[in-house]
Order: sequence, then structure tokens, then C-alpha cells
Amino acid sequence: MNVAILRFPGTNCEFDTQYAFEKLGHSTQIVWHNDKELPQNIDLVVVPGGFSYGDYLRSGSIARFAPVMQEVSKFAANGGKVLGICNGFQILTEAGLLPGALKRNTNLHFISKYQHLKVVSTDNAFLNKCQKDEVLYIPIAHADGNYYVDDETLDSMKANGQILLKYCDKDGQDVSINGSVDAIAGVCNETKNVFGLMPHPERAIEMLLGSDNGVKMLKGFEG
Amino acid sequence: MKAIVNVYLKQGVLDPQGKAAHHALGSLGFNGVNDVRIGKQIVLDVDSSVTADMIKEMCETLLANTVIEDYDFELKP
Repeated sequence: MNVAILRFPGTNCEFDTQYAFEKLGHSTQIVWHNDKELPQNIDLVVVPGGFSYGDYLRSGSIARFAPVMQEVSKFAANGGKVLGICNGFQILTEAGLLPGALKRNTNLHFISKYQHLKVVSTDNAFLNKCQKDEVLYIPIAHADGNYYVDDETLDSMKANGQILLKYCDKDGQDVSINGSVDAIAGVCNETKNVFGLMPHPERAIEMLLGSDNGVKMLKGFEG
Repeated sequence: MKAIVNVYLKQGVLDPQGKAAHHALGSLGFNGVNDVRIGKQIVLDVDSSVTADMIKEMCETLLANTVIEDYDFELKP
């Protein structure tokens, strides 16, 4: 796979993401926010985590207008696969490529820890190597991860298998970590080619760091 | 000319900061506060060619995220 990893001023997970995909045998390219086109023959665009533009105004609100994001929108509209992790998820919701929005955590804290996640839908290009209801163990690190979507949109997302991941305990019971509607940690768009999640699979690819559950998530894109 | 834009979370969308401030006011003995909503005020210094329609477009495009936020504004000489 050829993976393009975007970098905005304030992005800080681009190298972790690059390391993860290269460890899985893929070629990667870091793409600057001012670039007016994506590299040729890209299979996946990753919008990595960090604090693009200092999270000014709202997390992701400025980054969505970067020149490269116009190209990402076109790429997604043509069916290209896009993954947003953490700040990348926030950017994709601000860009309207994913439904909903991410608000400040209910407890107003920056939450940084390992977290259990339940796999809700596997019928997509991302989580197809996971099992439905499987419990994963993946780090989270965010202040604005409180996912909000209106009831009507939520119902249609559920019906269409767009809810990907939920925060849970080790037994798979939903837990409220940050106030997210329905404990949602990750979603995809209606056409299932744009994915977003607050947890960091690229930080869970080696047991040395506490979990390698991120491998099967990222490998999903291999098809 | 100044455009004073106020942005706040929609009614029905839980405001975690407002809730925390509400709780703190109660703890400090300030009773009778029914709710606290925290928003932000954005002050734009604009020239006379900027119309209310243009400010509205600025709000819808960038200044507010209309999925979760409402806004209002006034233009002051």
C-alpha cells in the first residue's frame, strides 16, 4: 500500500503513524498541508493526531481549509480511503467528511491512558480483520473527544453500520470516558471510505508498548 | 466598524464547561443560578464594505460549527 500521511503545523503523530505503516511493510509519504496535490497512486490518506494550528477556534477548524484538504475531499469523493486519528478525526468532522462533531471532554480533562474499545462494525475497509464485539486495548490521548451527533443522524448511522468503535470496560460493557453520545469512539461515513477515531492504533503495534491490537486495525486497509 | 459575534453550544447540547462553572458557583454559595452556558465572543474589526450577509457567511463557514453551535452577531459603527 502507498500511504500518504498529512502534516499540518502542530501535527505530532506523523512519525508514529509512518513507523507503524512501514513496520507493516507499506510505503509512506508525509504530505505538507500547503501541497496542492496528493502524491500519485495513493491507497490511503491518513490524517494523524496532534494539535493542528494549536487547536485555535475549535480543534480541526483551521486545518480543514488547508490546500491539501481540498485534495483529500476530492480523493474521498472518488471513493479513496481516508483515516483520521484523534485530531485527524476532528479535522474530518470539521471538513464535513464525517458526521457529527467533537466537543470538550465532559470532565474537562486531557485524558491520556490505555482504554478498552469494543468493535461494533466489521463490514468495512478498516475493521474487517477484527471480530464484532471483540474488545481491543488501545491508547487514547485527547481533550476534545466528546462525540456529538443528533438523534436522527445517529439512528441512520446505526442502521448503516457506521458506528465502528465504542469505549468499554474489559468485559465489553459501554463506559462513558469523555461524554460521547452512546460511548462512541470511532465512526465512518455513509459510503464507508472515510474513517475517524479518537484512539491511537498507531501507538499499539508492539507488545513492548503495552498492546499490539493496533496492528489488526491498520492491516484492515490491506483488504 | 465592529462585528461582535457570539458563538455558543446549541440548547440541548451539553456544555461541559458551563456545567463545571455552574457547579463551582453552587459550591461557593451563589444560589439561584439555574444554568450556565459558556460561549465565546469574536470581535471583528471590519470596513464599511462588509455586510451582515458576509458576516453570516463567515460564521457558517468558519467561526461556528453549526453541527453543535449557534451564533448571533451585531454590526456596530
